[in-house]
Amino acid sequence: MPPGHLASSPQETREIAEKLACPVVVKAQVLVAGRGKAGGIKFADTPDDAEKAASAILGSKVKGEKVTKLLVEKKLDVARELYVGLVVDRPAKCYTLLASQVGGVDIEEVAQKTPEKIIKHPLEPGRSLEGFQARELAQSLGYKGKQVVELGAFITELCLTATEYDSELAESNPLVETKDGEFVAADLRMIVDDNSLFRHKSLLEESREVGHELSPLEVKAREKGLAYVELDGDVGIVGNGAGLVMATLDMIQDYGGRPANFCDLGGGANEERIANGLEIVLGNPKVKVLFLNIMGGITRCDDVAKGLLDVRKRLGLTKPIVIRLVGTNEEEGRRILQDAGIPSLETMEDAAARAVELAKGAK
Amino acid sequence: MAILVGSDTKAIVQNITGSQGTFHTKLMLTYGTKIVGGTAPGKGGMQVEGMPVFDTVSEAVSKTGANASIIFVPAPFARDATLEAISHGLNPIVLITEGIPIRDSIDIMARAKERGCVIVGPNTPGIITPGECKLGIMPAHVFKRGEVGLASRSGTLTYEIAASLTRAGLGQSTCLGLGGDPIVGLSFVDILEMFRKDPQTNSVALVGEIGGNAEELAAQYIKETKYPKPVAAYVAGRAAPPGKRMGHAGAIIMGKTGTAESKLEALKAAGVRVALKPGEVAKLLAKK
Repeated sequence: MPPGHLASSPQETREIAEKLACPVVVKAQVLVAGRGKAGGIKFADTPDDAEKAASAILGSKVKGEKVTKLLVEKKLDVARELYVGLVVDRPAKCYTLLASQVGGVDIEEVAQKTPEKIIKHPLEPGRSLEGFQARELAQSLGYKGKQVVELGAFITELCLTATEYDSELAESNPLVETKDGEFVAADLRMIVDDNSLFRHKSLLEESREVGHELSPLEVKAREKGLAYVELDGDVGIVGNGAGLVMATLDMIQDYGGRPANFCDLGGGANEERIANGLEIVLGNPKVKVLFLNIMGGITRCDDVAKGLLDVRKRLGLTKPIVIRLVGTNEEEGRRILQDAGIPSLETMEDAAARAVELAKGAK
Repeated sequence: MAILVGSDTKAIVQNITGSQGTFHTKLMLTYGTKIVGGTAPGKGGMQVEGMPVFDTVSEAVSKTGANASIIFVPAPFARDATLEAISHGLNPIVLITEGIPIRDSIDIMARAKERGCVIVGPNTPGIITPGECKLGIMPAHVFKRGEVGLASRSGTLTYEIAASLTRAGLGQSTCLGLGGDPIVGLSFVDILEMFRKDPQTNSVALVGEIGGNAEELAAQYIKETKYPKPVAAYVAGRAAPPGKRMGHAGAIIMGKTGTAESKLEALKAAGVRVALKPGEVAKLLAKK
């Protein structure tokens, strides 16, 4: 890594820049990729410039994430930018190391347009990359002698750390070869598999400290164990099953509406879970109408109906609701809703059309 | 005939004493599935729904003659349980568990490949050959015996589409969920290959979603092999934003990879009948 420090104000940035001696790089610390292109990275030749750069980036949003911290680093004397990353190869069912001499901002474009410029090396399941394999890779990237050893060591270490921490992506982009022939990771990023956190408790605690850039409702949903993604439309959507909810979003969009969220109750949701989901979706003030789409398999329609009535009672619901309720115990579920004066529909198409109509009318 | 499971399937339930294991053992038995026992380490000697419980898969297999397994073991222990089933030759193995780490799934699939064993899942509703065998958690009443083969990356959408096929008078040969995780045992290509050889299957429905490139690979396979049976497909997630996980661990658009548009285009170009609503799949397959 190049020498550098974290800053949270323009003044601090200036001080660090003075200490490191310019030129420096000022980088937004956000949990998104592609921040360079999005204006989150600026170069500065003087401490003045660094301070200005910091004022511009701090408080701004980079790909939707607000910047509160900057990393100020010594600018490297770049000879070449490489890419090295360990990714999950879904069809091959293994981890694969990708390396390229064409690193920098757009590795995806390289992968699409000139795939021959990327070297791929699949990892044997249950093992990391061996040292000799990494040195061979360094050699196929065109290096010799001492550089083979140094780059090999970096790649070996990256793979070891990535597999030890169950990462689903670990990449350095760019990995800089300086004019002195040294390798410096100018950027390093690792995404840890959420499902592995039960065996990485320390990571879980640290990530809480850093704080996620999730909306308050997304945080609440995560606590309740619900899959919820906030979008920017006005039709609130709750359903059971990831595929069904995605299909519901698509249908709302096809009918000219705009989904406000994705919310999956999961299989076998009980009354409480249903109530939690409804409460989170209705917590978004942009929601004008709620669309509840249930294909009851393991989930029982009577539980869904009871959950809905419970939320209505507790929150004093005023927003219009469209319900499509079919599957296990549907007669019982419909009867409960009908007794409470809430109509339910049978097809997804009818319900989606109705929800969009109501959202438009509610303007 | 159908594929993978049928009247000759004799299955054990791993973690039969857990609440999901017990509940679904009952439903599978009611359907007529030959469940012959179950396992739960430390609870050997018990009975669940009249079925014997064993401490190990080894013992269960030698005493019951089981040839398949369905696993309800929690994610942290699922790798161990699945390797146990693989090492005793059970095939297929239906892995219901959701939330298994990718690294564990990679190990499981590598071992399964070595032993020539089929893994359905993980994070799957399972597999059903209507009228013969239900090795899964799907609601039985939406399925009917017939000639459409159905493979899906989503649970509820499987039920949704199976129900609309059944309503349209189109029964199914075998329906299965491939699983919602990034690493799963079976691909659409594997399934298309099996349905091609199955005399009972006359047409195929594929239900995809965003993330990965399984649909694109299926399209390529259909085109290159001039697939002999009609195929219809639905792909969920056209309205999904990039970079966000939509419920399933595998349903995420990474950069430009895994968009619904790319999948739909590839499928169309391969001559697949593409539905824009789940309910249209039945109409597309009813056409000659």
